[in-house]
Amino acid sequence: MADLAAHAVASPRPGRSFRAGLLWVVPPLLVLLVLFFYPLSLIVREALAPEGEGASLLHIETVLRSREFVSGLYHTVVIAGSATAGCLVLGFVLSLVIAFIPFPGAPIAGRLIDMIIALPTFLMTLAFTFIYGSAGLLNGLLVDAFHLEQPPVDFLYSQWGVILAEITVFTPFVMRPLLAAFSTIEPAQLEVASSLGARPFRVIRQIILPASLPALLAGGSLCLLLTVNEFGIVLFIGAKDVITLPMLVYAKAIQEFDYTSACVIAVVNVVLSLGLYGLYRAIISHFGGGNAGRV
Amino acid sequence: MVDITAQEIERCAPLDGVRTASRTSGSRIGFEDVSVAYGGLTVLKSLTLTVHPGEIVALIGPSGSGKTTALRVVAGFVRPSSGRIMIGDRDVTDLAPYDRQIGMVVQNYALFPHMRVEDNVAFGLQAQGAPRDVIRQRVPECLAMVGMSAYGKRYPRELSGGQQQRVAIARALAPKPQVLLLDEPLSALDTQIRRAMIDEIAKLHHDLPDLTVLYVTHDQTEALTLANHIGIMRDGEMQAFGEAQALFRHPPTRFAAEFLGRANLLSVGGLTAAGPGEARVRFGGAELLARNPHNLPEGRDCLLCVRPHHMRFAGEGAVANALTGVVQSVQWQGDVHNITLTAEGESLRMTCVPMAVPPALGDQLRVCFDPSEVTLVPEDAPRG
Repeated sequence: MADLAAHAVASPRPGRSFRAGLLWVVPPLLVLLVLFFYPLSLIVREALAPEGEGASLLHIETVLRSREFVSGLYHTVVIAGSATAGCLVLGFVLSLVIAFIPFPGAPIAGRLIDMIIALPTFLMTLAFTFIYGSAGLLNGLLVDAFHLEQPPVDFLYSQWGVILAEITVFTPFVMRPLLAAFSTIEPAQLEVASSLGARPFRVIRQIILPASLPALLAGGSLCLLLTVNEFGIVLFIGAKDVITLPMLVYAKAIQEFDYTSACVIAVVNVVLSLGLYGLYRAIISHFGGGNAGRV
Repeated sequence: MVDITAQEIERCAPLDGVRTASRTSGSRIGFEDVSVAYGGLTVLKSLTLTVHPGEIVALIGPSGSGKTTALRVVAGFVRPSSGRIMIGDRDVTDLAPYDRQIGMVVQNYALFPHMRVEDNVAFGLQAQGAPRDVIRQRVPECLAMVGMSAYGKRYPRELSGGQQQRVAIARALAPKPQVLLLDEPLSALDTQIRRAMIDEIAKLHHDLPDLTVLYVTHDQTEALTLANHIGIMRDGEMQAFGEAQALFRHPPTRFAAEFLGRANLLSVGGLTAAGPGEARVRFGGAELLARNPHNLPEGRDCLLCVRPHHMRFAGEGAVANALTGVVQSVQWQGDVHNITLTAEGESLRMTCVPMAVPPALGDQLRVCFDPSEVTLVPEDAPRG
C-alpha cells in the first residue's frame, strides 16, 4: 500500500502531464501563427488569388514569364552561386591556414571570424564603398599616383561588387563549422599520411577534405540560403541593372505598389529558400550523426 | 665510439658517448648529437644513437623523458635544434617527412576513417606513385601479413582496436619503408590483446628481418620481449643503453634497475673483490657475493640489485647469500605469490610460485639468491 502511494506521488497522472505540456506548447505556437504563418498565408493567398479577382494561375504565369522576373532569378542564382563558391574556396583556405599553420595570433583570427558574423551586412558594404568606391581610398591613391582623370577601379557597382561583398560577409559562416570540423581531425592522421609519402596537397585532398566535407556542405548550404535572400548588400551597393528576387519584391511592393506581383515573387523566393533549407537540414542530418566523417 | 660487442657487460653500455649495436648492412637510423629545444626548454639533450639495420631498439622512459621526441625527430615532425639525423646513408635532418621513406605506427592507430581498410593500406603506395598493378598485388600481401585479409572492404570503425592496429602496421609496411617507427603502438589496447600483439610484432619482425625498428614505449614487457637493444631515457637524456637481457640483468644505474623490471635495491658497503667480475659486500651482519659488472672500486658503498623472482627460500643448512627476514605481507596474484619481507631494516620483495600454505605475517623466513643473478649498482647514478 505504502509502495503504491509512493508511486502515485512519484509519477503524476498522464492527463495532467499532457495538459501541462500543452500549456508550454500552445503560447509559442500562437505567437508563430499570428506573427509568421498568418502573414505568410496572406502573401500566398494574394499570389494565388489577387484581391478582387478569383483564383487564377494566369497572373502567376505572367509574372514568372516577365523579363524582369527571369532577370531577377538569373541574378539571384548567379550571385548566390558565385558568392557561395567563393565563400567555400576562401573559407576553406583561410580555415586551413588558421587550423593547421601555426602562427602567432591564430586565436585572435578565430575571434575576428565570430565578430564578422555578428556585424550587420551593410557595414561591410559601407566599408567596401570607402575602399573600392569611386571616391574610395584605392581609387584616390591610384588617381593621385598615376594622375588619372577617371577612377580606374569600378567593379564595386556591378554584379562582381555584390558577389565580392557577399563573399566577405558570408565566408565566416563557412569557416565556423569548418574550423570546428578541423579541430576534430587527429593530428596523428596528418602526420602518418605525411610519413607515408603524401605531400601537403594530397593530405588536404585525401584526408582533410573528406573529413571536413560535411562541415563544408553544411556551411555552403547555409551560405547559399543567406545569399539567395540577401537584400541589404544588393541595395546598399546599388549596382546598376543588378536586380535580385528580394530586390524585385521590394521594387514591386514599395516602389510600384504592385502587391500581387510582389507576392508571387516572394512565394517563389520562399519556395527557393525552403528548398535550400531542406537541403541544409538533409546534409546536417546525414553527416551530423553516426555518418560524420563518411563521405 | 664505443661499440657494443658480444661481451655481456660491455653490451650494457656506458652512459655517455655513442650507443650502438652490431649489424652490418641495410638502413640504419642514426642520431648524431641531436638536441631538441622548445623555447628555453631542452627536451632532448645531445642524443647519439645508432639503430642498425634489422634491429629493434626500444626507447623506454617515463612521460616527458624525451623518447617520443626522439622518434618524432626521425619522422621529421620535430626539427632538431642541433645535430643530424641519418637514415641509411642519407642525412635527412632537413628533409620533409614525406621524403624520408619511413613507416610510422602511432598509439591511436590514426587510420583514415573515410577509407576502407584496403584503401588505408594502399594510401602510402599511391602517395609514392606506385603503379596500379603493384598496389593491387601489395595490398593483399600486407593484409595477409597481419592476418587481416578478410577485412579489406571494412571501414576502420567496424574493426576492434587490435584489428585497427594491425591495419595500421600493414599500412606502414606497404610502401616497404627503410625504417619503421612505432610510437607506443600497443598502449591503447587492453592487456590480453596487447600480449597477442606483442607476439605478432615479434613474428612480423622475424618474417621481415631487414626491417629496422625504433620502438617507443613505456611498457618494459614490450621492450624486453621485442627489442634487441633498449635505451632508457629520463629528462631528455639517455640514462642507459644496452642489449635487452644484459640491461635487465646488470642495470648500470638505480634508475635503470627500477624502471626496467621490479628490483630490490639494498644499500650495501665494504666492497671487496672476490674473483673475476665478482665482489663481496656487507649487508647488515650478512656477507653477500654478487656480480660487479661495472667494476665498482673496493670499499665503495653501493646498491645490490636483486630481482624479486631471483629470490628463493633457503633451507636450514649453510647457503651463500642467505638473509633472514620477517614477513610483512603476502599477496596471491593467481600465478604467483608476492611476499614482502623486512631484513636488516630494508624491505625485500620476492615472487614465487603459488603455495598451498603461504607463510603467515610475522613469520621469520630465510631467503637466498644466486650470486650470478645479483648485481652491484653504483649508488649515485652517473648522468649521460
